[in-house]
Amino acid sequence: MSKIETKDLNLFYGNFQALIDVNLAIEEKMITALIGPSGCGKSTLLRTFNRMNDLIDGARITGEVLIDGKNIYEAGTDLVVLRKKVGMVFQRPNPFPLSIFDNIAYGPRTHGSKSKAELEDVVEQALSRVQLWDVLKDRLESSALNLSLEQQQRLCIARLMAVTPDVVLMDEPCSALDPMATQRIEELMSELKKHYTILIVTHNMQQAARVSDRTGFMLLGRLVEYGETPQVFTNPKEIKTEEYITGRYG
Amino acid sequence: MRKFREAIIEKTILLNGFACILFVVLIFVFLAKDGLTLFRTIAIQDFLFGQIWSPLAEPPQFGILPLFLGSLFVTVGATVISVPLGMACAIFIGEIAPRWMREVLKAGVELLAAIPSIVIGFIGMTMLGPVVKSLFHLPTGLTAVTGSIALAFMAIPTMVSIMEDAITSVPRTYKEGSLALGATHWQTIYRVIIPAASSGIVAAIMLGIGRVIGETMAVMMLTGNASVMPKTILAPVRTMTATIAAEMGETVRGSEHYFALFAIGLVLFGITFLINFLADMARHRKKK
Ligand SMILES: Nc1ncnc2c1ncn2[C@@H]1O[C@H](COP(=O)(O)OP(=O)(O)OP(=O)(O)O)[C@@H](O)[C@H]1O
Ligand SMILES: [Mg+2]
Repeated sequence: MSKIETKDLNLFYGNFQALIDVNLAIEEKMITALIGPSGCGKSTLLRTFNRMNDLIDGARITGEVLIDGKNIYEAGTDLVVLRKKVGMVFQRPNPFPLSIFDNIAYGPRTHGSKSKAELEDVVEQALSRVQLWDVLKDRLESSALNLSLEQQQRLCIARLMAVTPDVVLMDEPCSALDPMATQRIEELMSELKKHYTILIVTHNMQQAARVSDRTGFMLLGRLVEYGETPQVFTNPKEIKTEEYITGRYG
Repeated sequence: MRKFREAIIEKTILLNGFACILFVVLIFVFLAKDGLTLFRTIAIQDFLFGQIWSPLAEPPQFGILPLFLGSLFVTVGATVISVPLGMACAIFIGEIAPRWMREVLKAGVELLAAIPSIVIGFIGMTMLGPVVKSLFHLPTGLTAVTGSIALAFMAIPTMVSIMEDAITSVPRTYKEGSLALGATHWQTIYRVIIPAASSGIVAAIMLGIGRVIGETMAVMMLTGNASVMPKTILAPVRTMTATIAAEMGETVRGSEHYFALFAIGLVLFGITFLINFLADMARHRKKK
């Protein structure tokens, strides 16, 4: 069974249809990349998996999104449980204006506060997982806003790890970072793949080719092509995919 | 030529900036000149800690402690009432209310701010006073509490609109980040949004308090105007501002009484200055 599956998924922003009949199956513990020109609906699709689109007035959905076989749009779905399981990393690093420690402890505290000792454990583990522990362990009480952008993005990933999700959604996680930092985050993603199912939206086709196992190409709200990353990049089935990959679209 | 224009504009702006400071200094000097004259004849501790304010007695007594306590009771009371109400209102408008209701409520709050204080005093006198009187079985409904409640309603609109600004200008990404971690809306509000807006919230509270301390008309009408040491918040009191307003007209220019009223003004000036200073400190500590 696939980890995530969409069935005839349509999404409307008011009268505008942003997703059209998307059928997609995402495998567990793999990195799946979504590529496509600006405005084609990549972020929209990503945000259906943790129901962040619920926040937008006038957004409406038809079809199904199954995670572990369960339709998350069913009435009675617990959003807290869903979002604990399906975490999200945003385009611009968005640490809270709190200390480093409080940022990581935010999730665990929110989900039934743990003792100080337990929290310290969680913080150490989460920061270690994103290779920040050695750098930051002596200034856990200083503000997270003083970190470099790369460190902030790592911190946001660690903040997510602390709530032990299964799925990690990343919406252009490197677009605010320089090439070196981008490379290091990519290495981190390959490392994280062992434990999590990762979806990444990216404008950077080299990045998709480098890090992902599967790639989906979207155009004007439709999923045009989906398959093994090497196949999509070297031998696309659809002419539109080929045109995009060879740079004939924006 | 362009450089010359730039220079002129720059200088003008600079001048305006200094003008503000200049006015504050001038006002202070003006107050201090007459206010400090009092202490040629009256010891400063008798003025600050004297328990009797009786300028017409023989010999006159100029102890402002009862007036100071009057202002303190009324202000603290108004703060205790207005801060929680204002916070709740601002959170509701900024975060919870649907969009159409938000617009209606904001307009309502602005209207409330536009009500002249004399009208609030009037309503307080005819409606609130009797309620306070019968509720607590008092001989009179004109007490510190009555003043506090009315002043709270004057402070709330100022507080709400500034707090609401602070709350809605918290970056959306904080809110999304928190919700995406599985926090509920309410958890997001009190664990991310309020802390992120805290400097604006503190500023709003300070401005609200500033308005309450400076308010004169309504408190004159509502607090009973008794310049005696207040024992409880249910007793009539008289504030410092009300004393100046009530007595300035009947003093002889250059008399001891006249100087004493200026000295009260000086004390008020000092208090508001201190409050602003503390607010600034709170804001800067937050930034760090
Ligand atoms: N809140 C909204 N209300 C109305 N339309 C929206 C909203 N958000 C996005 N859209 C529209 O939906 C379409 C898809 O947007 P989406 O953000 O998913 O694109 P994207 O592929 O992520 O683009 P980008 O690469 O620029 O991030 C766009 O045409 C956009 O204008
Ligand atoms: Mg996007």
